[in-house]
Amino acid sequence: MEPLLSLSHLVKHYATQKAVDDISFDIQKGSIFGLLGPNGAGKTTLLRMITGIFYPDGGTIQLDGKHFDPLLDIREIGYMPEERGLYKKMKIGEQALYLAQLRGLSKADAMEKIKYWFEKFEMQSWWNKKVEDLSKGMSQKLQFVITVLHEPKLIILDEPFSGLDPLNANLIKDEIYNLAKKGSTIIFSTHRMEQVEEICDHIVLVNLGKKILDGTVADIKQQFKEYIFAIETNHPALIKDNTLFSVLDKADKNPNKILVKLSNAVASNEVLKYLIEQNIPIVSYNEVLPSLNDIFIQLVEDTHAKARAFQNI
Amino acid sequence: MHKIWIIIQREYTSRVKNKRFLLVTFLVPLLMVGLIVGSAYFSFKGTEERKIAVVDPNGFFKDKLKNSNQLKFEFSNDVDTSNYQAKGYTDILLMPLFEGDKKADYILRSKKSMGFSLQESISRKINAAIEDRMLEKAGIQQSILDSIHQSAQIAELKAYEDEGKKSKESNAGLAMAIGYASGLLIYITMFIYGTMVLRGVMEEKTNRIAEVIVSSVKPFELMLGKIIGIGAVGLTQFLMWIIVVVTLTGVGFGLLPDDMQNQLQQLQQSGGQMGAAGMAQASESAKNIYAFQHVISTTNWPLIIGLFLFYFLGGFLFYAALFAAVGSVVNEDPQDAQSLMFPITMPIIFSYIITNVVIQNPNTPMAFWASVIPFSSPMVMMARVSYGVPTTVPYWELALSMVTLIGGFLLTTWLSAKIYRTGILMYGKKVTWKEMIKWAFAKS
Repeated sequence: MEPLLSLSHLVKHYATQKAVDDISFDIQKGSIFGLLGPNGAGKTTLLRMITGIFYPDGGTIQLDGKHFDPLLDIREIGYMPEERGLYKKMKIGEQALYLAQLRGLSKADAMEKIKYWFEKFEMQSWWNKKVEDLSKGMSQKLQFVITVLHEPKLIILDEPFSGLDPLNANLIKDEIYNLAKKGSTIIFSTHRMEQVEEICDHIVLVNLGKKILDGTVADIKQQFKEYIFAIETNHPALIKDNTLFSVLDKADKNPNKILVKLSNAVASNEVLKYLIEQNIPIVSYNEVLPSLNDIFIQLVEDTHAKARAFQNI
Repeated sequence: MHKIWIIIQREYTSRVKNKRFLLVTFLVPLLMVGLIVGSAYFSFKGTEERKIAVVDPNGFFKDKLKNSNQLKFEFSNDVDTSNYQAKGYTDILLMPLFEGDKKADYILRSKKSMGFSLQESISRKINAAIEDRMLEKAGIQQSILDSIHQSAQIAELKAYEDEGKKSKESNAGLAMAIGYASGLLIYITMFIYGTMVLRGVMEEKTNRIAEVIVSSVKPFELMLGKIIGIGAVGLTQFLMWIIVVVTLTGVGFGLLPDDMQNQLQQLQQSGGQMGAAGMAQASESAKNIYAFQHVISTTNWPLIIGLFLFYFLGGFLFYAALFAAVGSVVNEDPQDAQSLMFPITMPIIFSYIITNVVIQNPNTPMAFWASVIPFSSPMVMMARVSYGVPTTVPYWELALSMVTLIGGFLLTTWLSAKIYRTGILMYGKKVTWKEMIKWAFAKS
């Protein structure tokens, strides 16, 4: 299937460094895609090229099979940047209308869509309020609505959950799933790995302007697995080092859970057989795949993201 | 293009619907008029009246020292320095006995020291009296002197400019007035609306919405939309001010005392030619008002107003782009703005100073260059054209000046756009002019 977005050998220089140094990847339609990396990795620059704010110094971008046109394709993209304020003194309804029109909607279309989303999120009563009168959670809901209101094919969210309380974060998460189900493609950029594991199908990890990882969450975890298993038992003391596995120091919060690392070429079932033969009562037994956070730290640990150099577009 | 229009609309309506805008638009002219009237009132009311006892052994000042609004002279023989205050006088003036041409001082003693201009007034009156006395002694009568003085005012200067075969009445007084007024107006509006553009551009940064907007429109479109929108607000406000001021002035003229209005009508009807007697009767102020009205009706208004609008807009566009560039790099700290604004405000102030010189000397090389270089041409050229086109200012000079101003604002807009698109996404870093210039000249 042809990808919705295809980046090929993208390059972007700033005055003293390459912010994006030959990055290529594809994003399939309808996927929830995670763009990960530490601060200063080049994520924002990459996103700004995809949204047409910056022009690449090298490489190409294809949107929906055609060469990306920053002027016309804007209509198909919704972008919620990390720095996402609103005009404080402007009324909400008016502001949503203004921003939608700038995106390319006609006034009539915009009104219709705004009304739809406001109802969906129970925001109708806010129409005439000024942004400065809203609470933080309310203004973030508004920002999200403004981003998706023109029903773009590609929705880009940069740190969408920053500053949100769990309730609102959940709301947005659900909405992201809904949009993906309806066919929108979502790029989700963050350095918070736990959020990614939950939501994304496919991820790309960048560091220092280069692509480090590219694959589905499941595949990547498999790629980095360390054959660690968690054995939960009422008699944890019975679990000791042997030829099949070694007990890890890494304690689990639960004192009845012991983490063990399997020795080379040992199959998971062999360990089970051993435990049963030893009459050790097993409460649960499962593989512990590395968290993306662990993988991330492992890959990125010795590199130092350079301080953001300021820019020559 | 359509998007620029949407931005312009938003910038315009959000400011014009603001209560503060309406307040300023109506309040400022009222304040100005109030200031003028008030200061006139206070200068009148704020003066003190002096009752001066005069001791004159010469005996000839009695009929010569005329009273004025503030100075009341009373001649008395039984007042001296010890009792003048008790007798209700604020001052005592002791005249010496004048002997021939020998120099003698007269002495003023006061309870409270008299102001400088009043003292000068007394000096003038006394010197005039002495002069008259001497003339009398030489055999010349005061009344004859007076009538000669009056009749001598029969000649008036009429100036003309010659351009080949054509000749045009020139009026240096009016030229100065118009030049000064337009220079001042352009100067004030550049500052007011320039800073409005500066603050307008900062709006996206302080609200942290810059990237959101720039993901929908090009930074250039945003900048242009803001400049034009704010410029339109300025123009609206300016036009409203003119309407208010013209209305107030019209009302003001209507409130003049009846006899003054009659005199004005008479002067107008006779086209300014009245017999010496008539002229004498018309009060000084009526004559001034007539001169003002005559001169207003004979100026080439379409040209002056047309050029004023051109230079007003051109100057605004030229400087607004620069203000926008500065606004785009300023973060929350207004101190940054101050130091960055310096290279922009300096030329404006400088131009104003040059304008005041050029008003008196519109034909020097400096006047020519200043009226052509876009930094100063809006103010300086207005000062020169009020002297006459194509006489003081040949057509080619005017054309050159207009072309360079247009080229000027196109250039500043283009350079500022490059600074703007970089600056507007940059948070937290303090930017210097050196960096801004680097961005401006970087290859796109």
